[in-house]
Amino acid sequence: MTENIAVHHHDPDQEAYTKNVFGFWVYLMTDCVLFGVLFATYAVLHNNTFGGPSGKDIFDPLFVLKETLILLTSSFTCGLAMIAAYRSEKKKVIGWFCVTFLLGLSFVVLEVTEFAGLVREGNGPQRSAFLSSYFTLVATHGMHISMGLLWMAVFMAQVFRKGITLVTARRLTCLSMFWHFLDVVWIFIFTLVYLMGVY
Amino acid sequence: MGVAGILFLFYGDIAVLNPKGMIAHQESDLIITSTLLMLIVVIPVFVMSFIFAWKYRASNKKAKYDPDWDKSVVAESIWWGVPCIIILVLSILAWKSTHTLDPYKPIDVTTKPLKIQVVALQWKWLFIYPEQNIATVNFFQFPEKTPVDFEITADAPMNSFWIPQLSGQIFAMPGMKTKLHVIADGVGNYRGSSANISGTGFAGMTFVAKSSTQADFDEWVESVKQSPKALNLDEYKQLAAPSTNNPVASYVLASEDLHNWIIMKYMMPMKE
Amino acid sequence: MFGNLTFNALKHDTLQNAAGYSMIFGGLLIAALITYHKKWIYLWKEWITSLDPKRIGVMYIVVALVMLIKGVSDAILMRAQQSIAISDAASFLTSDHYQQIFTAHGTTMIFFVGMAVVFGMMNLVIPLQIGARDVAYPFLNSVGFWLFAAAGVLLLVSLVVGNFNATGWLGYPPLSGIEYNPGEGVDYWIWILQIAGVGSLISGINFIVTILRMRCPGMTLMKMPLFTWCALGTLVLIIFAFPILTATLALLSLDRYLGMHFFTASFGGNAMMYVNLIWAWGHPEVYILVLPAFGIFSEVVATFSEKRLFGYASMVWAIIAITILSFIVWLHHFFTMGAEPNVNVFFGIMTMLIAIPTGVKIFNWLFTMYRGRIHFTTPMLWFLGFIATFSIGGMTGVLMSIPPADFQIHNSLFLVAHFHSVIIGGVLFGFFAGYAYWFPKIVGFKLNERLGRYAFWCWLVGFLLAFLPLYILGLMGATRRLDHYDASTGWQPLFIIAAVGVVLVTCGIGFQILQLIVSIKERKQNMDTTGDPWNGRTLEWSTTSPPPFYNFAIIPEVRDHDPFWTMKQEKKSQVAKPHYEPIHMPKSSPIGFFVGLFSLFFGFAITWQMMEISIVCVIGVIVSLVIRISENETDYYVPVLEVEAIEKS
Repeated sequence: MTENIAVHHHDPDQEAYTKNVFGFWVYLMTDCVLFGVLFATYAVLHNNTFGGPSGKDIFDPLFVLKETLILLTSSFTCGLAMIAAYRSEKKKVIGWFCVTFLLGLSFVVLEVTEFAGLVREGNGPQRSAFLSSYFTLVATHGMHISMGLLWMAVFMAQVFRKGITLVTARRLTCLSMFWHFLDVVWIFIFTLVYLMGVY
Repeated sequence: MGVAGILFLFYGDIAVLNPKGMIAHQESDLIITSTLLMLIVVIPVFVMSFIFAWKYRASNKKAKYDPDWDKSVVAESIWWGVPCIIILVLSILAWKSTHTLDPYKPIDVTTKPLKIQVVALQWKWLFIYPEQNIATVNFFQFPEKTPVDFEITADAPMNSFWIPQLSGQIFAMPGMKTKLHVIADGVGNYRGSSANISGTGFAGMTFVAKSSTQADFDEWVESVKQSPKALNLDEYKQLAAPSTNNPVASYVLASEDLHNWIIMKYMMPMKE
Repeated sequence: MFGNLTFNALKHDTLQNAAGYSMIFGGLLIAALITYHKKWIYLWKEWITSLDPKRIGVMYIVVALVMLIKGVSDAILMRAQQSIAISDAASFLTSDHYQQIFTAHGTTMIFFVGMAVVFGMMNLVIPLQIGARDVAYPFLNSVGFWLFAAAGVLLLVSLVVGNFNATGWLGYPPLSGIEYNPGEGVDYWIWILQIAGVGSLISGINFIVTILRMRCPGMTLMKMPLFTWCALGTLVLIIFAFPILTATLALLSLDRYLGMHFFTASFGGNAMMYVNLIWAWGHPEVYILVLPAFGIFSEVVATFSEKRLFGYASMVWAIIAITILSFIVWLHHFFTMGAEPNVNVFFGIMTMLIAIPTGVKIFNWLFTMYRGRIHFTTPMLWFLGFIATFSIGGMTGVLMSIPPADFQIHNSLFLVAHFHSVIIGGVLFGFFAGYAYWFPKIVGFKLNERLGRYAFWCWLVGFLLAFLPLYILGLMGATRRLDHYDASTGWQPLFIIAAVGVVLVTCGIGFQILQLIVSIKERKQNMDTTGDPWNGRTLEWSTTSPPPFYNFAIIPEVRDHDPFWTMKQEKKSQVAKPHYEPIHMPKSSPIGFFVGLFSLFFGFAITWQMMEISIVCVIGVIVSLVIRISENETDYYVPVLEVEAIEKS
């Protein structure tokens, strides 16, 4: 029994959905490797303080806790947004993503203030290998968050104009995967860098 | 391959295969043994490719044609199995030799070793004799049949310290100390060089390592101690400035623990 | 606003000027020809904005061939220098210039010939072999290509504007750090690799999803053609290895641009970390280059022995073994850095293990020939040349995997001869075989066989003359990358022989250029009218030559490997009137080209520290992508009538 599978029974948008989400998983794996390199570099260099401060001297666990709670909450609201998306509830999607956006933005602002403070004290990334690797690891995560925020803004505009279609839903799925992935990376940073640095 | 063979015969001066020291002897034997082991597989490959290409050429109607024959457990077992065995033998060889020929491993003889501290500079080599209180540039001498313990660093980008007739090389890196142990069978002059690019002048970083009798060596040390030049910190900083085609130079060592200072200045903030 | 860029950047010595001007002249000549034939619009519509992987594949190959000429020109200069440079004064190249040349040589060959050939072949062959109409993400395919092309143009620009990296193709710090090399050279190199690397990663993701999700019905993984299997191994390596390159180069550029201390000699930096990271990418990279060549040979040997490939399952497991092992051998590139013996020997043994699956593949190819009916077409000749050269390379590789042996051979010309043996013998000969093999499929007519044979013999003999002396030189104590040496070493005669080899190789390239010209002229006599000029075995031969832009009007269904061979054996009767459906295809798009263009300007701007322009270019890339994402109609349907018309002709 031969069947021309090509177009007859399949909506190309539906095919694209699974294909794109799969491809996005592959991309996330590559991003994992990228962060892996930064973690490995931090592991090798974190004791090379060259007379400057170590993690114990500059990390503020309470501050980091604030950042973590904000980011975790934003993952939660992102999840709520996606539930609304699968129910095609356009207004709720935009609403929850706006909350996610604001939380993400706060996270970035907090991180920037932490960095600015360190630089003012003379403990910027040029001070030692430890500081270089710390700033780079955390800032790379922060830049990913920022790209996610940009992405969120663009997609909110799209959803506003086109509503929840197979195409926009697919893109939102990828965005939420990205957002949750960054959350997981943050857990690792929180644990391996901040907690292990201070305690 | 014939070309290579002919060339091989003409060139007796193949340093790696003309070792003059115990370590280099063992490394040379290792290279030859491994090559022979691998030829067990490589020669049949060459032979088979010639024979099969010739015998089964399309114009040869007499050859058997078996278009669907694509499996044979016996054949596959042989060419998974034999290479596995050869690799197993090579692995054991590698395990043993890597431990025996560890550059950090001191040479196992009763003679007291000579200590030489090596610094790769841009673009010359500095040799410090901490026990004799002398230093030389682009040349060093040592007694035959005596182990030499090198401690190697760099005040320059990554280099590699290599005297092929005495042993394999090891990196010379700023802020780090690597070690190498060699011993020469007899007297001779051996060419050394840097085996890692370190800037525009790196091709000129050649030096001579000379092994002599103990008596000659002692005499030489005495003559160097008469050098007008003293290697103190200022003189060293001048020497370390980039230069090429440095002639051989000799110094009386005039600073405490110079080698260590050179390493440590990369490792922590120095006041000077 | 112009950063460090001054008119000084255009000042070069005579030789560099000659190279730069001839390149610009060549470019202008091509532009003039295109204008004269009024082909700009055609080029734009049919090639530059095309999302057809067959078109994109051809563009990759064109870039590869142009860059091959550049790379060989570098090699000619190097051999010339080394055959006369028995003192600093005897050289015709300054040390700095020589060091830029070998750095450019390596960078060009690995990234712009090797990777170009890999992606070119994948674009041309994979969709056809798996019975698909396109790749998974046609737009990203275009982006990947144009990023790659942008990096290539940036490399050529570096010939004319300023200097290039002079620290070797992998740029070890601290030498490549800001302290020892503050100029634009290393920065050019960093951004060229970064842009090309992102392109490679994007294309890698694209093809992995293509192979895993778009095979035609019935084509399980164990029924895929071997070329596609090898490509799959390559793609797994790409997606895991290239992010390492991106991250490592980013860290080096942070050291250079922002004064950080990842790899500096002091302030706690650790240059050994760079060496580890760059080779954690670098080793998989060389397998990325050679695996597709193995795939090509599998297709070529089976086709031209008129026999099934021997030991299909074995071959697949060998590919998987090679892929996995590639990730755990990287330290063999720096045994001499002073690691503990246990560490060294672990990596040494892992390295040796790769010889086993590789050897298995060679034996399986030989036994495909056994009891076959062998036709010595050009692709088959390249295969035999591969056996000769690659075996030497492989053997010397296993030799160097034994750490104490490597202590003597590391960084010597023996090492250089080894990797050229495997890269030229493997990657390049594999490409040449694939080029001759699939040329008729893509272009519609065969290449001239006689000139192909002349090219092959020139390459083979030239290669042996150029590199066998280097093995001996390495054992004589000759380090790589030397711009001069002393006459008393006795090295000069061997260098002269090597130079003769390079001349022969150049003749080989001359024959290949001639072959292309003559083949185009004689194309009417050599038309491939059946689509199956070689009595092939896999699906690509079931289409016309060239295939219609949608590849297959009806997606095939397969039951076995070598599905086309099976179809021919069973003499499948044509359905009286095949039932066509409208075919879903992507529209062309200029956005990929613009992403490439912005990346090119970004790379140039940031190399010269023109920060405002760099930021504008980044915004340009983002805006281009946002425009693409906001587009409503990116696809269309080919109507049934059009499909029928194409299929009839």
